[in-house]
Amino acid sequence: MNGAVPSPASRFAFWHRISRADLIFALSIVALVVFATFASDAFLTQRNIVNISRQMVTNGFLALGMLMVVRTGGIDLSVGSVLAFAGLLATGLQVQMHFSAAIAVALAMGAAVGGINGWLIARFNLQPFIVTLASMGTLRGGLYIYAETPLYPKDDLFRAVLGGAFVGPIPMNFILFALAIPVVWFYLNHTIAGRAALALGVNKEAVRLAGVNVGKHLIFAYVACGLFAAIAGVLLASRLGIAQPSVGTGYELDAIAAVVIGGGLLGGGGGTAKGVVGGVLALALVDNVLNLFNVDSYYQQLLKGLIILVAVLARRKNT
Amino acid sequence: MPHLKVTSIKKSYDENLAIRDISFSVAPGQVLALCGENGAGKSTLMKILSGAVRPDSGVIALDGQTARIATPADAMALGIRTVYQELSLLPHLSVAENMLLGRMPTRALNFVIDWAEANRIASAVLADFGFPQIDPASLVRTLSVAKQQIVEIGKALVAKPRILILDEPTAVLSAQESNVLFAKVKALAAAGTSVLYISHRLEEIFEIADEVVVLKDGQSVLQGRIDSLDQAQLIEAMVGRPLAAIFPTRTKRAGEVVLDVSQLGRAGVFEGINLHLCAGEVVGMFGLVGSGRTEVAKAIFGAEAADVGDIRLHGKPAKFASPQEAVRNGFAMITEDRKGDGLALDLSVLDNAGLASFNRVSTFGIINGARRRAMVDEKVSDLAIRPSGTARPVRHLSGGNQQKVVIAKWLLVENTKVFIFDEPTRGVDIATKVEIYQMIANLAENGAAVLLISSEMPEVLGLSDRLLVMREGRIVAELQPDEFRMEFVFAHAAGLAAKPEYLQ
Repeated sequence: MNGAVPSPASRFAFWHRISRADLIFALSIVALVVFATFASDAFLTQRNIVNISRQMVTNGFLALGMLMVVRTGGIDLSVGSVLAFAGLLATGLQVQMHFSAAIAVALAMGAAVGGINGWLIARFNLQPFIVTLASMGTLRGGLYIYAETPLYPKDDLFRAVLGGAFVGPIPMNFILFALAIPVVWFYLNHTIAGRAALALGVNKEAVRLAGVNVGKHLIFAYVACGLFAAIAGVLLASRLGIAQPSVGTGYELDAIAAVVIGGGLLGGGGGTAKGVVGGVLALALVDNVLNLFNVDSYYQQLLKGLIILVAVLARRKNT
Repeated sequence: MPHLKVTSIKKSYDENLAIRDISFSVAPGQVLALCGENGAGKSTLMKILSGAVRPDSGVIALDGQTARIATPADAMALGIRTVYQELSLLPHLSVAENMLLGRMPTRALNFVIDWAEANRIASAVLADFGFPQIDPASLVRTLSVAKQQIVEIGKALVAKPRILILDEPTAVLSAQESNVLFAKVKALAAAGTSVLYISHRLEEIFEIADEVVVLKDGQSVLQGRIDSLDQAQLIEAMVGRPLAAIFPTRTKRAGEVVLDVSQLGRAGVFEGINLHLCAGEVVGMFGLVGSGRTEVAKAIFGAEAADVGDIRLHGKPAKFASPQEAVRNGFAMITEDRKGDGLALDLSVLDNAGLASFNRVSTFGIINGARRRAMVDEKVSDLAIRPSGTARPVRHLSGGNQQKVVIAKWLLVENTKVFIFDEPTRGVDIATKVEIYQMIANLAENGAAVLLISSEMPEVLGLSDRLLVMREGRIVAELQPDEFRMEFVFAHAAGLAAKPEYLQ
């Protein structure tokens, strides 16, 4: 904010900016970590922490992308399909071209799908939910036509430089995710596109009448979301060393959950990069802890559903 | 004995005193006008009487008995009905459903809705009100805003209220519809209902009220019979200081033609619109709601397309396909509905005021936050927007200050040559009105061309250099200052254009 000497007033304001919901949320994460540390020897090991950080990456990219769209008052249900298709392209095309070119094609596909979503929504004033529901289905069908069975990367470097790589103890794909966070934060707070997108989510007509190009900023948000989903797909395929056509089903819900838990407002006008990262972290920790205790995956789903409910209740406006 | 007697009501929110001390009384069958600037405590008082909020202290008595109004249900049980300024109708339900919400007639063990009965009740109330043409089965969203307002009032009438509170009911009504409403209010009063009538329009207050109470800074400062007062006394009581010149005087004469509109038309909405604006000139546009004023303005601004006609800016074609093009070419439009399309209410003053001027504080799409804040801060202090902090959502500002934020947004755009003001002082307190008039005068003094659309007659007459009168999609008269007479302008607007003798 302002670089001036912090006055007592601004320190006061800082404490008041942290809502009770944020505080409860942060304390719950800390409590979960403390509990897991004492309850399981496996939790606070390097191996497990690496695991958590790598598992965060997929939902992390999806949720950051989703946040940009949710701020405009929209939603993108097609991210799971984009993720799967991007993984298939990045691995499958390695037969025809260098893996870096294959990755470029995969990312371009993600951006293009986002662009089409955004264009349809902006140009014809369609409902984002319906448009992206349609592209989710279309794309899933299309990718099965492209590859009915799993594909394996031809180039070993594909795994070695991305999904399997480490910088010191830190996994490469986590570093990429960590780099994406400030980029999204910058977009949200310091670019015309980001501020206009936020205003769009609150009152589209006011933004249009202010002489702002509504369509451009709306489309940009969907392009960014599609691109992020494709990045998530490429990184996932590279980490697992396999691209499955069935992967990513239901991932859009996890991404939406992370946005909502992090304080994003479906319907537009709210949500921060910081909050979304918190949401992603919380979901990843819960998954991890339940796995360590061998809890059945049905209970995991049940618990995640309840967490979303509690998060939304805690953040409801007190009026 | 007074029907309703309010004694020494106090109410504070957090530390802010919204109502300091309000006392007044209404006799049975009386129409009592409540007036005061925004922030005077009108809306809080209304909420207290309708049970939406509870007072900290004070006594409310009905027919001499102390009444406890803790919830809206209490107020309704006592026969108090309130029609708020913001419409509360459910657009996807029918007129009858809205009017009978929570009390739909049923059959078969209170389980099946009796639609025929519901429609019958609703249409009886509407017909009695004077609007038999509204179909109770139609969906509310298919009605015009004016008709929705009628339904909203009809909803209050269903219960045959003993005390009816109306908050700015005519803001969206045409003159004709307003007259029907006034007749109904008088009829209700004659039948013994007490009416609390809140309005900014002093002419209206003089037309229908028996008594008037003036609120200022949360206190009732004046109660008196309307026939013992005049407009100037009311305004002075509201503003709390002697009535200085409300309309600024300007010295500059009109310069060369800036905007030239010829034969502009859109099927079924307006046609044959010819008008021009000169530099340094304020041109008024008066017309009843529905006369096509706003639509013409939006067509000039590129917000809604016109089918035919030509628009020129400094002689060059300027028929824009989008507001974006219009803004880039030096147009600004302060729209009529600031909550609907002027502001993003949940965003901060900073984000709203800076919404049209990104290019001044950014390079390659990246905003310089400090420069943007400095730019907005300066304008906020220039226009005396209160509170002066820019981080607060505009939702929490008063109507007058919200309107100043809208104006600030457009003043921050550079090189604007044409300003279109559509109802710039609607729902704005008198002190802010005077400030807005000064802003409009300053723009003209600095060489901008201003088109001022308003349904407040004193405002267009007081500010304009020329006046265009619209009726049914056409400009029916262009008047010079020596023809600025209220009855004359109104006759043109209403289509009673018998030319006065001195012009024949």
